[in-house]
Amino acid sequence: MTLARHLAAAVVFAVLIVVLSIQLSAYRDYQMAEVAAYVTAVAGLTVLIGLSGQISIGNGAFMAVGAYASALLLLHLGWPIEVVFLASAVIAALAGAIFGLAAARLRGPYLAGATLMLAVALPSVADQYQGVFGGDQGLSVTVTTPAFLGASFPPTRWLAWLTCAAALITLVLLANLGRSRVGRSWRAVRDDEVAASLAGLNVARLQILAFVVSSACAGLGGALLAVVSGIVAPGAYTLTLSIALLTAAVIGGLGTLPGAVWGSLVLVLVPSYLTNLGASHGLSGAASSSVPIAAYGVVLIVVMLVFPAGIQGGLRRLFGPAAGLNALRRHAPAAEHQEEGTI
Amino acid sequence: MKRSHRVRVAGVAGIAAVAMVLAACSSSSKSGSSSSSSAALTASAPGITSTTITIGSHQPLTGVAAPGYDEIAPASNAYFKYVNAHGGIYGRKIVYKYLNDQYDPTITSTVVHQLVLQDNVYAIFNGLGTPTHLAVAPYLNAQKVPDLFVASGCECWNDTSKLPYTFGWQLDYVREGKILGNYIKQHFAGKKIGYFYQDDEFGQDGVKGLNYEIPKSQVVASESYNPAVTNVAPQVTALKAAGAQVVVSFSVPAFTALLQLTSLKLSFSPQLVVSDVGSDPITLAGLLESFAKQGGATVSGNTLTQGIITDGYLPSLGDTNNTWIKLFTKIHSQYIPKLPMDGNVAYGLAAGYAFVQAMLKAGRNPTRQDVVNAINGGLSQGPSVAPYAYTASNHDGITGAYMAEVKNGALVPTGPVQVTDTSPTGAITTYTGTQAAAPASGIPSP
Repeated sequence: MTLARHLAAAVVFAVLIVVLSIQLSAYRDYQMAEVAAYVTAVAGLTVLIGLSGQISIGNGAFMAVGAYASALLLLHLGWPIEVVFLASAVIAALAGAIFGLAAARLRGPYLAGATLMLAVALPSVADQYQGVFGGDQGLSVTVTTPAFLGASFPPTRWLAWLTCAAALITLVLLANLGRSRVGRSWRAVRDDEVAASLAGLNVARLQILAFVVSSACAGLGGALLAVVSGIVAPGAYTLTLSIALLTAAVIGGLGTLPGAVWGSLVLVLVPSYLTNLGASHGLSGAASSSVPIAAYGVVLIVVMLVFPAGIQGGLRRLFGPAAGLNALRRHAPAAEHQEEGTI
Repeated sequence: MKRSHRVRVAGVAGIAAVAMVLAACSSSSKSGSSSSSSAALTASAPGITSTTITIGSHQPLTGVAAPGYDEIAPASNAYFKYVNAHGGIYGRKIVYKYLNDQYDPTITSTVVHQLVLQDNVYAIFNGLGTPTHLAVAPYLNAQKVPDLFVASGCECWNDTSKLPYTFGWQLDYVREGKILGNYIKQHFAGKKIGYFYQDDEFGQDGVKGLNYEIPKSQVVASESYNPAVTNVAPQVTALKAAGAQVVVSFSVPAFTALLQLTSLKLSFSPQLVVSDVGSDPITLAGLLESFAKQGGATVSGNTLTQGIITDGYLPSLGDTNNTWIKLFTKIHSQYIPKLPMDGNVAYGLAAGYAFVQAMLKAGRNPTRQDVVNAINGGLSQGPSVAPYAYTASNHDGITGAYMAEVKNGALVPTGPVQVTDTSPTGAITTYTGTQAAAPASGIPSP
């Protein structure tokens, strides 16, 4: 039973997260929440690219859709946070459906180009309609810790729980989807569109569906990030964010959900670690503030050189056949090819 | 295949857990306070040990907002180094940790959480930018972390019911708009006025202040720009077509330069009145020359900035006899000689001075609340030319400025210091007090 297995894994994760969040400092809890927000968005992107074979450079824009949706719903309607998250995912999915329909005829670099346009153009909408979106200064998002946890409960721990729960549910759903008929059809379309349509699959519909799923994940991720950072402003959803999501998916290992986790961990932890390293070595001033950014670039290059298939692919290669980690695996080497793009 | 999958997932969980724990360990190995040299000094609040006061900030050290603004935090830090070298604050040394947020609110939130939760800072000082700081002000207030002297002239920092721990510092844009508007009303009566402003709270607050003073009939054009779009030809064309004789600009330095160069290209030469934010002559001259060079032309920055009307709330850098400028120049040449001695450096030094004033007033072993109470009780004006507004119910900072003109690359005051409030009808009056000279030690007295 695939579902049961995924649920069991999710429960293991959930217990780990709760234990970790209690053990770790408040700031680590905050970073966990950040990681969870990125995992949600990156997982959707990795499914889109790795399984359905479409490239999007615009998922940051769908994160913005989800983030603004959550901010507006919280501000004007005061819905409970779970409902707001769900609604943000649905709204981003709708936006994804509209864009996906319009872009259904585009392939490869042309689809990437169209999504790039979205990533560049969408943040300006907030500047254009300041009355609704608050312009450059954006909208504040505050989430209160529920009363039953007690007044002394650390707010960042609640943030971590909230966002990790949403991320876990997303991962379980995506894992199931990837193993379902739809997931298999996506792989068929990715590998050979002509063959897939000869086999009776509706290629365009499947591709749009993948786009919608990835937009929904991005929207939810955006809503989570809004709650974590406390604000939704155009400055946070620029092209840089879209590129960062793509980076995380590739670094982690395209098409694998654990890869999305690795990629997000790199995205959150490495820059903060490098900044601290820079600061503790007495670096300051205009020129040396660029050093952590450059070092981050070097880390990315090294990871890609050492692990061309991303961190998850590299771990599989390192520990795959031998280590106890995968002692129960009994794959013939030929299965490696099939492994590529599994969830 | 099926069973292997679960094991793999669990494996990832395990490794992720180890990674997080390792990361946590590496951060918790920092040592706390060292042995105290003075028995009376205690670790009275987070970030305060018997020997140090640790404060933090978020600053745009790289990215679009960095040019010029990246000098502010090093300048404040230079002042803190000076204070540390001269006995510190009741013997404690100031440790100033400013992190790069690249002017991105999400990163601001991350670095401020790091400063508060991990680095355990006593206060956030001079966090720069309106959208960036708005992301963290509610959090800082919920955590009761003093949020001192925000580097933005937004009126939003003066909200003592929702943000009791947040204090503005620089002259707010509404007051500045009123003072500039009042000057225009008096000196350019009957002339056609055009506005050029950044389409956000900075420009809009400024225009609000201008409109309180300038008769509506005189304003012939009101053109805004988006800081992400560097082509301002449509706006300049509109200003020219409306026949504006005076253009008031609430712009950042880069867009003041673009306004000037585009006007030059379109043979449009109105009298420019520019807000303090966008008129620092040294920054502006540098930008004008580098932009013109990119476009294949050569201009003289100092010639182009000549005659710009603006205002100033710190003493003019050109006034080399002023005791404050003497102090600033001394610290600049000792600690940050590589940075240009411009308005941004003076700003950082002056804000640092205000922080030291507040800490000295907060007492020998202050809690976080003590520094808030100290500022609520008012601060003497120090390097700023007009008094601070600080009371328990008002968290605005500097309340006035003098009018000035740019001559040979320096600000030359052309009028007395005027003070006002942020209301539409509040009078603009000449400040009758005199600014005290800088203390000979360079350090405020408690």
